[in-house]
Parts: sequence; C-alpha cells; structure tokens
Amino acid sequence: MRYLLLKKANFDDFISSLAQIEKVVAPVSRGYNSFSFAEVKSGKEITLKYIPTVLPPKKYFMPQREKLTEFNKAENSVEAILEYEKMVIFGVHTCDLAGIQCLNIVFSDKPKDINYLVRKNKLVIIGLECNDYCDQYASCKVVDNHLPNGGYDLFFTELDDSFIVHVNTGLGEEIVEKTRLFIPNDQEHLNKLEAIRARKREIFKEEVNVKHKDLVTLFNDKAFESKVWEDLDKRCVACGNCTAVCPTCYCFDILDNINLDLNTGDRTRRWDSCQTEPFAKVAGGENFRKTRGMRQRHRYFRKFRYPAERYSRYFCTGCGRCTRTCMAKISLKETVNALAAEQKYKK
Amino acid sequence: MKKAKLTDSEYLVKTGKILRTKQMTKLEKYFEIALPGGENLEHEPGQFVMVSVPGVGEAPISISSSPTKRGSFELVVRKAGKVTGVLHTLETSDTVGIRGPFGKGFPTQILEGNDLIFVAGGLGIVPLRSLINFVIDNRRDFGKVDILLGCKTPQDMLFGEEVDEWSKRLDVNFSCTVDRADPEWKGNVGLITSLIPGVTLDPERTFGVVVGPPIMYKFVIIELLKKNIPERQILVSLERHMKCGVGKCGHCQIQNYYCCKDGPVFTYDQIKDKKEAL
Repeated sequence: MRYLLLKKANFDDFISSLAQIEKVVAPVSRGYNSFSFAEVKSGKEITLKYIPTVLPPKKYFMPQREKLTEFNKAENSVEAILEYEKMVIFGVHTCDLAGIQCLNIVFSDKPKDINYLVRKNKLVIIGLECNDYCDQYASCKVVDNHLPNGGYDLFFTELDDSFIVHVNTGLGEEIVEKTRLFIPNDQEHLNKLEAIRARKREIFKEEVNVKHKDLVTLFNDKAFESKVWEDLDKRCVACGNCTAVCPTCYCFDILDNINLDLNTGDRTRRWDSCQTEPFAKVAGGENFRKTRGMRQRHRYFRKFRYPAERYSRYFCTGCGRCTRTCMAKISLKETVNALAAEQKYKK
Repeated sequence: MKKAKLTDSEYLVKTGKILRTKQMTKLEKYFEIALPGGENLEHEPGQFVMVSVPGVGEAPISISSSPTKRGSFELVVRKAGKVTGVLHTLETSDTVGIRGPFGKGFPTQILEGNDLIFVAGGLGIVPLRSLINFVIDNRRDFGKVDILLGCKTPQDMLFGEEVDEWSKRLDVNFSCTVDRADPEWKGNVGLITSLIPGVTLDPERTFGVVVGPPIMYKFVIIELLKKNIPERQILVSLERHMKCGVGKCGHCQIQNYYCCKDGPVFTYDQIKDKKEAL
C-alpha cells in the first residue's frame, strides 16, 4: 500500500481521537520493566519503548475465558454464542504480530474456529517497530521476526521527530481518513526507515548457536531422548507460566458453569497448560506425559518441530516471555544451545 | 461487550434422547441414544462423540454401535470422573448433549476383502464392537474373521449376550480369555497374548485390529508382528482425553498428531516411532 508520516507532536491527538472512535488498547507501564496491554484514552498513557508485555495481545484474540454456548435446562435449549468487542490494538511488536499469525493459522485450520475468526476481524492491529533489542531474553532474529512480516493494518516506525507509518490494509486507510493527522512523507523519511532496517540487520544476530533453518532438525528423534529434559525435569515447577505468557500457546480446557438459579449457565473455554500434571491424563488413570521433563520437552517440540511439520513455521516468536517469566530460570536460548552442544551442531 | 448468536459453531450440541440404559458392570453403563427426528449419527466405526450434561461438562465417548444400526446409536460410559459420574445417574428419556462424530475411524474401505483379526482387551471391546458388528452386518464383504477377547474376570465381560452370539456364529472364529477365572468359567484363563499364536492366518491379507489398554498394545503387537502381519496392517485406537474434538485444545496431542482429528484410529506404522503414543 503506501507510507505516511505522523508527527510525534500529533501522537497524543492521534490516540485520543482514535479512542473517541473505538476502544484503544496499548502497552502501558506497570512498574519497573513490566508492561501490559490495557485500555488508553490518550497517547501519554502509552509507553512506546517497552519490553514484551507480561501477556501478549493473544488475550484479545483468544480471551482467557470465553463463553462458547449458553444453556437453559428447563427449556432444554442451547445456543452457541460469541462475545466480542471492537478494538484497536496499538503498539504490537513484530514478535507479537508473528504470534497472532500463528494463532490465525491454527484457528482457521479445519474445522475452523468461528469464535476466533469472527472476533479477529473485529480487531484492528497497529504494529510498532523495535529499533533495537528489547533485552537479552529475546531471540527474534533466529526465528526471523525482528523485521515486520505483515499481519498489521498500520505499522509505525519511530524516526527522529515523527513516525513513518506503513498503511497495509483498507482498515488502516480508514483510520488514516478518520483521524486526519497523517501527512505525506518525503524520500528522506524512507531513507531513514531503510537506515533503521539496515542497522537492525547488523545488530540483530541469531541469538542461539543454531541457524534458523536448522532449528527443526535440531528437534529430532535424538533430541527427544536428550539429557536436557532430565535437567528441566529437576528444575521445572509445573506452574504453567511459560505457556500462559506464550503468544502461540493456545491449549484450552472446556468447563461448564451453572448460575445460581441452577437452571441457566454456559460452557466456557479457558486457557490451559500442557505443563500441568493432569493435562494428558486419561480416564483409565494413564498419564502420557507424567513427568515435568516430558512436559517441557512437549512444549519445546510444539514450538520448533510439530508446527514446522504441520504449518511450515516455528511457533516460537522469539519474544522471550517464557524465559523472562520462569521462576526456575529455564531459558529457551540455553535449552536450544544445550541441545546444539549435545548434538555437536556446527553453525 | 457485544454478543452474537452463532449457527455454525463447532460447539453447538444436538439433543440426544436416551432410549435405553443398562448397568453393565459396576463401572460401565450402556446407553442407547437417538438424535432429534431419528436423524442418523452417520459415523464411521471407531469414531467418538462428545457427550455433555449442561452445567456439568463434556466428555469424549467412543461410539459402540455399528453405523449399520439406524435411527439410534450406542455408547458405553465408564464412571471415571465428574461428567461420567453424572451420566451414570441418567435413565431412559433423559437427554444429553451430543457433538460429533469426530475423528478418523477404522478404514472400512481398505479392510474390505481382507481377513481380519480383532483383539480387544477390557474396555477396548466398546469401540471395537462398532467395527465387529459392521463386519458381521456386511459379512460377505470381508475374508476370514477372528475375534479374540480378553478381560480381567468373567464379571468384567461387556456385551455378554452379544459376545455369546458371536461365539456361536459359523462365519467368525471366536476365542476369549480372562486373567482370573471364577468357578463357573469354562473358557481360557491367561493373558490375551496367549490366544494369538493359535490363530492361523495369511499375513499378506490380514489386518490386525487391536483396542485395549496401553500395556496390552505393546505385547499384542509383538505377537501380531511375529505372525508377519505388516506394520501398516495393524490398526489401533488410542485413548486420550479430548476436550474440543476438533484438533485445537491440545489435550490429545501425540507428538505432531491430534488424536481427535488424525486418530483415534492409527496404523501401527504411523505411531511406532512416536514416543508417548503407547
């Protein structure tokens, strides 16, 4: 589509006028080095330089709790429902854009998940470029998410006194129209954008001792038997933090709730975690992933091998959240490096 | 927050009316269920449905009847948790929610014209019965049929009368064993694996269909391989606790397979290298 410019002096106006049209959520500070996506009314509330939020924007696409059906026992009726809210999500980093793309793929895989697909189309996504690394936990380069790969309506890159904005969709154009704050850019701005990208190609280096294309082969049958999982088995506390904060973890449980009238209620899906002990248990009492090591192994294989086979992409976005949040200091980069060392992998 | 009604949600349930129940053992209860207007479930043998009670929850249950049975279908529910516990309290003319059928069942078109050896252990008879009865109802379309059945004690035997019928048929070979006998028991005593060596079969044209607890698969498959049945001609049906049934929720995942979508029926060839499968 096209590029436009938004002066930083107009950023606050942009957010507040947008917030008058639609609910706007954006990264806000929650104390030292802690950020979350939350509703904002003005640009001042937004922290533009932020490390990945505690929860990724997946919480808007696949809410932690989501009603699927509502029932009335006396009337013997069941209705499938969708609860949604129109929203503009501002400030989504490239890692999280990739996470949303992963979820899109999963939920549009047949049979399609109507709840997800309808809700997703009620959300406008405005991306925001990271001009530099956020911290030592990120590994976005090795999974090729340090530069934008689509998945947004508008994409902001910060220049000196302005943002250069890539307008990617009709929805993006609508926002440009409605807010009336964008101005045409010059070649100079495109040159600056290219300079930022060129610098990023320099400073973003594969963060692990494995090349992008070799990650899938690293997670081979031999890796399944690796000592690495025995180490994680001793350290993991099975809290499920890593899966809750992961932008591509989408496992869920389905539970019924009954209201106080003991007649009406709903069937709700709720985020679940493959790291918890009962996750793969069956009625006969058998547990197919009974140890923490087995469950951690499952998590890693679900990021680097199974989706690579099924969808030809890694389900790790390199955001680093699992490492940042782990109470046992289990590090994704260290795990990958340990596997590489064990297999005497040479980059 | 806005709310919309969905008519094409995968989570919409049909109302299943219970036509008949029977307490089979202390833990297993039989249900015959009809969909509204006598609509056929149109399942393949080996598929499953999600059965639910509003306010309690949903559980995946194998379909035990053959699709040749029209107008209603049959389930056997083991009392194992909250949902199945409440299902056990339901009786004739009560209703349940039904979603499905889900999953890949037994490949009846591939099996047609071939010899079959069925090996069922314990509750394995429940899903396998859908295929056995399908084969019996279309008996002409299949070659030699052997049915091997095993359970812990004679009291644990499910579908006793029907099993008796099978044993009397001239067009199937039937044998049965229990781990522990009682004084009235006249059949074999011992593990189900002990029945396999005695079966004569042509491995080239025989499909082994095995359903039972995880531990049984390991030993039965060894015996079938000893008979030279090719790995891709050994079929198994795997148990997992599906929550969605449509390949999303992750609970039933076996490495890169979703048991609910890619299974529950797999060839041994497909799963032999998948750790965590058996």
